[in-house]
Amino acid sequence: MENTILENSPNEHLEAETIPESFSEPISDSVFNKFFLEVASLTSFTWRFFKEVFKPPYEFNELMKQSFLIGYKSLPLIGITGFIIGLVLTIQSRPTLAKFGAESWLPAMVAVSIIREIGPVITALIFAGKVGSGIGAELASMNVTEQIDAMQVSCTNPFKYLVVTRVLSATIMLPILIIFSDAIGLLGSFVGVNLKGNVSTYLFFSQIFQSLEFGDLAPAFIKTIFFGFAIGLIGSFKGYNSYKGTEGVGKAANSAVVFASLMVFIIDMIAVQITSLFQN
Amino acid sequence: MTTNATSIKAEKENKQNDLIVVRMEHLNKSFGNNHVLQDINLVMNKGENLVILGKSGTGKSVLIKSIVGLVEIDEGKLFILGQNISQLNDNELIEIRKKIGFLFQSAALYDSMTVRENLEFPLRRQLHTIPKDEMNSLVKEALLNVGLAETIDLWPSELSGGMRKRLGLARTLILKPEIMLYDEPTTGLDPITSKEISHLILEVQKKYNTSSIIITHDIACAKLIANRIIVLKDGICAAEGSYGDLKDSADAWTRSFFE
Repeated sequence: MENTILENSPNEHLEAETIPESFSEPISDSVFNKFFLEVASLTSFTWRFFKEVFKPPYEFNELMKQSFLIGYKSLPLIGITGFIIGLVLTIQSRPTLAKFGAESWLPAMVAVSIIREIGPVITALIFAGKVGSGIGAELASMNVTEQIDAMQVSCTNPFKYLVVTRVLSATIMLPILIIFSDAIGLLGSFVGVNLKGNVSTYLFFSQIFQSLEFGDLAPAFIKTIFFGFAIGLIGSFKGYNSYKGTEGVGKAANSAVVFASLMVFIIDMIAVQITSLFQN
Repeated sequence: MTTNATSIKAEKENKQNDLIVVRMEHLNKSFGNNHVLQDINLVMNKGENLVILGKSGTGKSVLIKSIVGLVEIDEGKLFILGQNISQLNDNELIEIRKKIGFLFQSAALYDSMTVRENLEFPLRRQLHTIPKDEMNSLVKEALLNVGLAETIDLWPSELSGGMRKRLGLARTLILKPEIMLYDEPTTGLDPITSKEISHLILEVQKKYNTSSIIITHDIACAKLIANRIIVLKDGICAAEGSYGDLKDSADAWTRSFFE
C-alpha cells in the first residue's frame, strides 16, 4: 500500500521514494526500505565511479580546476582552525600535565594527539562541512537547472566530468590539507607553550620529532585518503541524485554534510581498530 | 515494366524518407503507473517547424527528451535522421546527438562559466582540436547572431531572462545542428522578449535550414513560427494540423487552446 514517486535523475537511473499511504502502515518498514534503497544506490554509484575513473578520456583540466577550488581555496579555513586546535589543546592540557609535574611532555603529547587523531578528524569534519556540502549543493543545483542534462546533450559524460573529478580532487587534496593543518596546529601549540613559558623553537620541535614514530604518521596519513574519498563521494552522490526543485538543493547539501561527517567517524573507528591490530 | 515501376516507387519512398528527420512509431513511456506517452506516432520533415502544444504534465518535455536520449523510451521505435536510436551503441548515439541542439526551458547555462566559456564548452567537447583563433571567431559569431556580442565576458547570473534564453540558443547553435529542440523557449519572458525569441527561432530555421520541434504554451509564438502543430492530451496526439486548421477545429477542447 504505497505511493511510489519516480523521478528521472541525470543518469537515467530511476529512484523510488516510498511514502506510507497512511499512518496505519508501520513507519519502520518505510525507514528500512529507504535505508536499503540508499545503500544500494550508493553502492551502485561507487561501482560506477570505479568503472569510469579508469576509462578514457580523462578530464585532467577539470581535475586540476577542482583540486584548486577544493584544496587551495580551503587553505585559510583549514589553517585557522588548525592553529586554534593546536593552541587550545596546549592551553587546556598544560594544567593537567602540570599537576603530575609532566609539563615538559606537553609538546610531545600535543604532537601525538594532533597528528594521530585530532588533526585528521577535525580537519576532515571541517572539509566535509565546506567541500562536501559545496559539492552536494553545486551538483544538486546543476541538476535542478538542467545543466547536467545540457552537458549530456553536449556529448559530455556528466558523471565523469562532474563526479569523478570532484571525488578524485577530494581524495588527493584532503591528505595534503591535513598535513598543512597538522603543521599549523603544531605552530599553534608552540605559541601556546610559550604563552606561559619560554621554550625555544629548536627544543620544541626536536621534542616533537623524538616523540613521533612511523606508526603514528603512516596510519594517520592513510586514513585521510579514505576520509577524502568518502567526503567527495557522498557529496557527489547526494548532489547528483538530488530530487528536482530548490528544496532538493538544500536537502542535498545538508545530508551530504551529515552523512559525510558520520562516515568520517566510522572510517576513523575502523582505522583505529586496524592500526591497533598491527601495533599489538 | 513492373520492375521499373517498383524501382521508381522505391526511389520515391527513399526520397520521402530522406525528407523525414524524426519519426516516432508507437512510442510509449511510463513513470511507475503514470503513462506519460501513449502510442505516439509522429513525423517531422526536413526544414519544418513543428510546434507541440498541450497542458502541463502531458508529456511534451518527455517527448523531446527522448529524442536526445535523456529519457529512455519503454516501447516503440524512434528514428532520427533515418537511424533507429534504440539499436545504436554509445558512440553512434553521440554522433547523432552532435546533430541535435536542445534549448532547455531554463536555458541551462553553466553558472560556473562565463558567457565565453559557456559557448566554448560544446566546441571543446565535440571538436577536440579546434584552434584558439577559430574558436574565438565562432564564439563571437554565435553571440553576434543572437545580439549579445557585448556580454562575452559576463557571468550568466549577470544576464536577464531573455538574454539567458538567447545565450542558450547561441550555445546550441554554435555547432550548427540539423535538428533543434526547443523546450518552452518563451516561458517566463515578457511579450516583447517572447516575440524576439520567436523571430530568432524563425531566423535560425532560415539561416541554418534546421528542422525544429518547439514545445510552447505561447500561442502567439506558435502562430508565428509553426508550419504544423500537434496537440498532446494525456500523452496522446489529440489533434494535428496548421494553426488555421486547429484554431477552427470542430473539437472544442482543441479550439480552447487558441481562444
